[in-house]
Amino acid sequence: MAVRVYVPRDATACALGADEVAERIRDGAAGRGIDVEVIRNGSRGAFWLEPLVEVETDQGRMAFGPVAPIEVPGLFEAGFPGDADHRLSLGAVEGIDWLASQQRLTFARAGWTDPLSLEDYRDTGGFKGLERALQMEPQAIVDEIKESGLRGRGGAAFPTGIKWQTVLDTSADQKYIVCNADEGDSGTFADRLLMEADPYQLIEGMTIAGLAVGASEGYIYLRSEYPHCKSVLSDAIDRASQAGYLGENLCGSRNVFRIELRIGAGAYICGEETSLLDSLEGKRGLVRFKPPVPAVEGLMGKPTAVNNVLSLAAASTVLAQGAAFYRDFGTGRSRGTLTVQLAGNIKRGGLVEIPFGETLRELVEGYGGGTASGRPVRSIQVGGPLGTYLPESHWDVALDYEALAEIGGMLGHGGVVVFDDTVDMAQQARFAMEFCAVESCGKCTPCRVGSVRGVEVIDRVIAGQDREFNLEVLDDLCDTMIEGSLCAMGGLTPLPVRSAIMHFPEDFGD
Amino acid sequence: MNASAVSLGEIVEAAVESHRGKVGALLPVLHAIQDKLGHIPRDSVPFIARAMNLSRAEIHGVMNFYHDFRSEPGGEHTIQVCRAEACQAMGSRELELHARDRLGIDFGETTPDGLISLEPVYCLGNCACSPSIRINDDIHARVSAESFDELISRLEAED
Repeated sequence: MAVRVYVPRDATACALGADEVAERIRDGAAGRGIDVEVIRNGSRGAFWLEPLVEVETDQGRMAFGPVAPIEVPGLFEAGFPGDADHRLSLGAVEGIDWLASQQRLTFARAGWTDPLSLEDYRDTGGFKGLERALQMEPQAIVDEIKESGLRGRGGAAFPTGIKWQTVLDTSADQKYIVCNADEGDSGTFADRLLMEADPYQLIEGMTIAGLAVGASEGYIYLRSEYPHCKSVLSDAIDRASQAGYLGENLCGSRNVFRIELRIGAGAYICGEETSLLDSLEGKRGLVRFKPPVPAVEGLMGKPTAVNNVLSLAAASTVLAQGAAFYRDFGTGRSRGTLTVQLAGNIKRGGLVEIPFGETLRELVEGYGGGTASGRPVRSIQVGGPLGTYLPESHWDVALDYEALAEIGGMLGHGGVVVFDDTVDMAQQARFAMEFCAVESCGKCTPCRVGSVRGVEVIDRVIAGQDREFNLEVLDDLCDTMIEGSLCAMGGLTPLPVRSAIMHFPEDFGD
Repeated sequence: MNASAVSLGEIVEAAVESHRGKVGALLPVLHAIQDKLGHIPRDSVPFIARAMNLSRAEIHGVMNFYHDFRSEPGGEHTIQVCRAEACQAMGSRELELHARDRLGIDFGETTPDGLISLEPVYCLGNCACSPSIRINDDIHARVSAESFDELISRLEAED
């Protein structure tokens, strides 16, 4: 019987040579007359170990990593895929502490399965939530989501059940489910990982959402920067449709739910839900006034549940395992698991899923192992490009929505970007304004023009020109952006700018 | 199939037809045209407008809003260098300068031989293994000046 060898097809694994590794393993095995079946699984999110190659044995899966393409011949010489005594040998994959110490819920399947195999998905509990939802009244599904305490994972942390209730309560001839897969925050890749490793979980969650609110059409709005993801998702949608998990007569019932994959076109602002809806309608992605909220008037003016990838995926867990199971994972008002992405200058970067409550320091030093450069950590940006830069005095904050809000930060989509002591925080503040200038949709003047002026003022501060005066102008400008912008782009850009000035004044000539 | 063999009008018609009946199909239509021709020629705008019952201004406005759409032909290959924070933390500012220097062009430009277009990008979702670049649909991780040069040499050799 063929030996099963797993080589991830994930974008990061491929960016590190996984395709070539898979090719070399096939060739190497063929050359040695070893019968090998190479399976392209999803990534486990331990990106510091990618490409992470696994061999199925009687004792479980044995891992090797990071396996660069040039390491493959050496692995074979050491006995791979059999018992191989090699410096890249990590032993049983369950024994890798970085993974074993996590509490995988949404990402439980990631890395174990072939992302496109419906059989693998069903064998690991897939579609149980959908099967249950098909037996329930829409209100009962919404109640279950409410009881679970599930909150939006895109950044705003709005209770998902309440959003769904609004869509359910609004009568219309057509309603929509829109999955916001425009994961544009630097330092985040959780959505991408999930969609590439476990796309059926998202499809199932969206279908449950459709049943809950009475929507027959769903859209996944995926950013164009994710070509691997596009390929996995479109194949997954096709396969799920062919197998009756999407389309008419859903799983043999009278229900209908279709999903169309839509690709963005390189606009960060389209991650903002109303801008995303305009983009889906074929327009410039301009931010809309709220109210009306999309749950009342969304896509094409119809009630629309716009949810993040992880929120929708979690809905399948909530329905499969029950609200109580999900709820009891959390602390305080932050329920379920916390998904953090360790990125930037980090030794052991990747995806960490744990219960809420761990501190930033524990994450960065424990899981992250400090910086990749080996230099001291100086600044950590949490929550994407609109998130706060935190100095060491703030690293003992617990990572949950409330605790971060108390210190003026935000968890956002869970991106944690680490900088070592070579960082110039004035340049980081300048970039925040520059990014806003590039990506502003242009609707609100404080964001569109303020960001351009912001870059100019910071340049003057950096040049030491009327420092005190210009810092005051900048502060004033930040107030104007916060008060006068419709969405988080203009409204939160001052967060990284102000936190950089407040916590790292020495970089601004103080 | 090249553009001259089939008229622009027919290409647009085919792109619109393949998305007929879809909600707000302009983005998919523009993507389809660009996938086929490498850019969206200005001359195609009147055809798109007619086929989709939109004004030329609306199409122009949409094309201009999104960074991905280009109305001029790009190079044979497109290289995107990530400029976002996670990559900055791993030296992308230097990589960006190196890329411009090596290719002799700025962002938004194409090498004189028409081989490579250089574009900025704000995150490729590869933030744990920064800095990242994308060459066409391939993403490359932990790119150094040396590995950048190697990748470029490979593209030049293929040419």
